[in-house]
Amino acid sequence: MHERLDQWEFVWAALAIGVVGMLTMVGWSLFAMIRAERRRDAVRRK
Amino acid sequence: MHGFANPARFLRIARWLMPALLVPGLVMALGALAWGVAYAPPDHLMGVTVKILFIHVPCVWLGMAGWSTIAVSSVVELVWRHPLAGIAARAAAVPGAVFTALGLITGSIWGRPTWGTWWVWDGRLTSFLILLFLYFGYIALADAAQRDAAGGGGAGRIPAIFGLVGAINIPIINRSVVWWNSLHQPPSITMGRSSIDGTYLWPLLIGALGFSLIFGGVVLARMRMLLAQIQTEARLRRKALG
Repeated sequence: MHERLDQWEFVWAALAIGVVGMLTMVGWSLFAMIRAERRRDAVRRK
Repeated sequence: MHGFANPARFLRIARWLMPALLVPGLVMALGALAWGVAYAPPDHLMGVTVKILFIHVPCVWLGMAGWSTIAVSSVVELVWRHPLAGIAARAAAVPGAVFTALGLITGSIWGRPTWGTWWVWDGRLTSFLILLFLYFGYIALADAAQRDAAGGGGAGRIPAIFGLVGAINIPIINRSVVWWNSLHQPPSITMGRSSIDGTYLWPLLIGALGFSLIFGGVVLARMRMLLAQIQTEARLRRKALG
């Protein structure tokens, strides 16, 4: 039995997972940095 | 090198260097991906799935570069007691683990149409999966060591030793396709040599440079986060004591 695969589906899936994963990591790291620095500044002001 | 050991000086540099790495990195990485997908021709054996190269290879390189960063920082921490080296190692662990996971996932997606299977337990894939587990272990160990250090314990050097021991896996990953039979292709790019045609090589190299800049920017952002957490904890402890 032969299986027909649409190669573009694999290309788009790999690109989507790679790009979304990378952008999520960048956004999450920036968010965590801003939150930690705000907390440090708030503790300093108290 | 010890000139950068001062956290205040490091923060002054990191504030402008982080966006200076992230912005061009994102432009180069996304631009090179678009270039590769739009203009790189289909390969005569792999067809259009060859375009997965432009996301898979940079992720794999940075997965290994992440652990190399941990290993080098661990040496600096253990030998020279550089105060920021341990923080740099911890900051490299999460982006390294993310790129390793993305390398495994995109490689698996590439394997299905080219090899006919999502996964094989060969030397390259297995050693790269072990790298992901090493990252998980390092992250857990570094978190535990930070909590121990906050409580006055002396477990701070254990993650650095683990980071050095785990570096043994990097040459194993690199040479695995030479040492053992594998479905994975042998190295296409070695020192100063490439068997990849220029139509694939240039978007790949520009994309890899872009991903590397992003990796550097994320490491700096995570170093700033870890420093802020340490400073907050120290101030709260001083207040609690008196």
